[in-house]
Amino acid sequence: MKMDKKTLNINPVNAFSSEAGTTNACKQCAPLGACAAFKGIEGTVPMLHGSQGCATYIRRYLISHFREPIDIASSNFSEETTIFGGNRNFNTGIDNIISQYHPKVIAIASTCLSETIGEDVQRLINEYREIHAGNKQLPEMIFASTPSYSGTHYEGFHEAVFATVKALAKGSEKTGEHINLFGNFISPEDIRHLKEIVADFGIDATLFPDYSDTLDGASWETYQRISEGGTSLEALQRCGSALLSIELGHILNSGNNRTIKRNTSTQSAGEYLQNKFNVVCKRMGLPLGIRETDKLFALLSEITHRPAPEKYRRQRGRLVDLYIDGHKYVSGKKAVIYGEEDLVVALATFASETGLKPVLCATGGESGRLRNTLKETLGEMYNDEIIVGQGMSFDQMESCIFQANLQPDLLLGNSKGYYIARKLDIPLVRTGFPIHDRIGAQHNRTLCYEGATILFETIVNTLLDYKQNKSPVGYKYM
Amino acid sequence: MIKFLQGREEQIVTKGGDARELVGGRPSLAGSVSQRACVFCGSRVVLYPIADAVHLVHGPIGCASYTWDIRGSLSSGPELHRSSFSTDLREKHVVFGGEKKLYQSLNELIDKYQPQAAFVYSTCIVGVIGDDVESVCRRMTKEKQIPVIPVMAEGFQGSKKDGYKIACDALFSLIGTDHSKEISPYSINILGDFNLAGELWMLTGYYRKLGIQIVASLTGDGRVKDIRNAHRAALNVVQCSGSMMHLAKRMKETYGIPFMKVSYFGIEDLSDALYEVAGFFKDAHIMEQTQTLVKEELQHLIPALEPYRKALQGKKAAIYVGGAFKAISLVKALRLIGVKTVIAGTQTGNTEDYKLLKAICDDGCILVDDSNPVELSEFVKQTGADLFIGGVKERPIAYKLGIGFCDHNHERKLALAGYEGMLNFAKEVYETVSSPVWQFVNRPNQ
Repeated sequence: MKMDKKTLNINPVNAFSSEAGTTNACKQCAPLGACAAFKGIEGTVPMLHGSQGCATYIRRYLISHFREPIDIASSNFSEETTIFGGNRNFNTGIDNIISQYHPKVIAIASTCLSETIGEDVQRLINEYREIHAGNKQLPEMIFASTPSYSGTHYEGFHEAVFATVKALAKGSEKTGEHINLFGNFISPEDIRHLKEIVADFGIDATLFPDYSDTLDGASWETYQRISEGGTSLEALQRCGSALLSIELGHILNSGNNRTIKRNTSTQSAGEYLQNKFNVVCKRMGLPLGIRETDKLFALLSEITHRPAPEKYRRQRGRLVDLYIDGHKYVSGKKAVIYGEEDLVVALATFASETGLKPVLCATGGESGRLRNTLKETLGEMYNDEIIVGQGMSFDQMESCIFQANLQPDLLLGNSKGYYIARKLDIPLVRTGFPIHDRIGAQHNRTLCYEGATILFETIVNTLLDYKQNKSPVGYKYM
Repeated sequence: MIKFLQGREEQIVTKGGDARELVGGRPSLAGSVSQRACVFCGSRVVLYPIADAVHLVHGPIGCASYTWDIRGSLSSGPELHRSSFSTDLREKHVVFGGEKKLYQSLNELIDKYQPQAAFVYSTCIVGVIGDDVESVCRRMTKEKQIPVIPVMAEGFQGSKKDGYKIACDALFSLIGTDHSKEISPYSINILGDFNLAGELWMLTGYYRKLGIQIVASLTGDGRVKDIRNAHRAALNVVQCSGSMMHLAKRMKETYGIPFMKVSYFGIEDLSDALYEVAGFFKDAHIMEQTQTLVKEELQHLIPALEPYRKALQGKKAAIYVGGAFKAISLVKALRLIGVKTVIAGTQTGNTEDYKLLKAICDDGCILVDDSNPVELSEFVKQTGADLFIGGVKERPIAYKLGIGFCDHNHERKLALAGYEGMLNFAKEVYETVSSPVWQFVNRPNQ
């Protein structure tokens, strides 16, 4: 694989795409993302329509990050099911979930297997409902189409958000006072912070998906078969009559440039509500760093006709002060940033406004929109030197770092890039998903002024720590 | 008492309470939230530690992503097994077939890494979309002059256990294809140790002291050349028999190599294993060396375990692990440090295994096959267990119930086999059970 910086810039999407498979992927499959989103609905048990292994692998992967019980059922395909169809297993699966969990919602995502053999899950749901028409206790059933060969876990997450809203939202003649806040694939701690902010503005908001309790619960008094918390059914139903929706993230599930037939939707929950119920959708990037957070606060002020509460003005002021304190330590330092596309955009914007230089922005996603979104969001901070890699694996990131001689000072992203940091002998600041080699991933805070404060301090202190450890002098005063 | 899912009644038995035997080997019920994985997982975990082979997962990205560098299997040399290779199939491959991509992937990976062999794992959709993986592998074998072995492990075609068998067949296809290694008359193959946290190296240390050569380790710190020579060993010593018995039987049939089942967990089982292997060679010197080794190790270990035994006396443990033989060793090892087993369950045990497991458990112990979080949490409440031994998926159940946890799955990074491992195990059990953090927790069952 021969590459120079110039070619990478000309054709970033294809420069690294190889017809020879993927080594050390920077992505997971779509059903994983769907399961994470489904955990944000109150009283829900997710079920994967496919082999037992999918549910088990995804449980293990999510549990290793969130460190909470995450029960995901499977319709447990056998050879017979694969040949004759999953009808019977689907029904047994639903029966057994109901009898063990008594859920309010069963949220079903498909897998590569069930999609390939052409299972019509919506029909299976309808038939199940018909058979049990007399049963008033029947849980809601939601279906997201998430074939693993189409998109990544990030598309799976947004497909599930969309499918849930589509299944549950109801319109109303009267527009309410409340708003919808679609929070993206963020940490439970960040969800809590967003809820705190809108509450402090006095806004009645439905944040979805809200897995801040289900995936980050307290120690329990009694064992809960379904973890407490999540966005309630009532809140999801009234999404259709909201004053407006705020959707965090520009790219979401907006495209997969290698798709042949559209199995997954390329419509977000916010767009759906706008088209179907005329709920205005305001979309903005993840509020990471001052520039992007200011936009969110400006919108909240516009909605409420009131300035941001003093508390947040102080937080912003302290963050500016912190940026000043730390700017010399990060100035000109080169960062490799990777993860889900919207996270990469947000981290790159944040990094750039502090003086940290993104040299490689990489993602396993393939929306085809990463470079333009970076351009738009970074504005005058954007430069053509930034290598943008879509559909990129960790293996390709590593080659790129060496071949383009990037000499980064730091990696910023999930824990799977650790081996590259180790090889390069540079630090990794962990954020995003997954973080499998540290505790507290559920508390990883990055959003708004306080989140940026924590992230900036972590980055500066990591760089200082590195410098201190590498110094032959061992200064105690940095 | 909780109500079990209909159809699971025979998979739950209380010793002393129920006269019937526990039935194993049944397929999981849809919607039960089984802790089991799939056929692919079974074959992947068994072959994973072979460090100088390319392991290519043919399918969409998930299966490769979820198995990237997760086992704690160490290698003393190459580390190809720690990379995740996937054909990363997309929609167009589902429509038009993925054979071409498989061929290209293999071609590039073999050229780039120069492995001694390649394993190609087919995932769920591969058979459904009609890819002829076997023919691509045959072609690659010819072109690259290394064994390229299809592992036909579509996830839905049974359970994890079926995957073990498929992996054994893949290994068997390598065995007998090389004769270049020098072999001593006192030689064995180690089957079913995966060198988690360097456990194999403890065992090789013991066997070296006894004067016994290890021809091949299947598959911890595994090398293709050793495996190709494995048919020339005098004896197969099988741990984790759930995964490796199929291979041992095939090697006996074809090459006449006898096998014995052992376990390296816990003092009793480990010492028995060493004596049995020594006994096989009917050599006075080897037996003498074994006696010396066991004696020396026990002289250190028994007093070292004593404080833990005192502190843990009367504590109750729940075990839910992959295979039955591990469960049996754990019951014994726990007993040695004063801990009583009150729940013993496995994902893949069979009815015969469960008879043995039941025999060594105390009355009142709940035995369970293919359990799930709802049952396990209920059993813990019912029995008042102080400790859970399992894997990552069981850990949050234990912690939310406010009890200690010890990881005995393949992800762990702490050696638990061997004499040293027994001490690590006792220490880990003690540390989790006696941690001061539990003072802040109200146990639901107390």
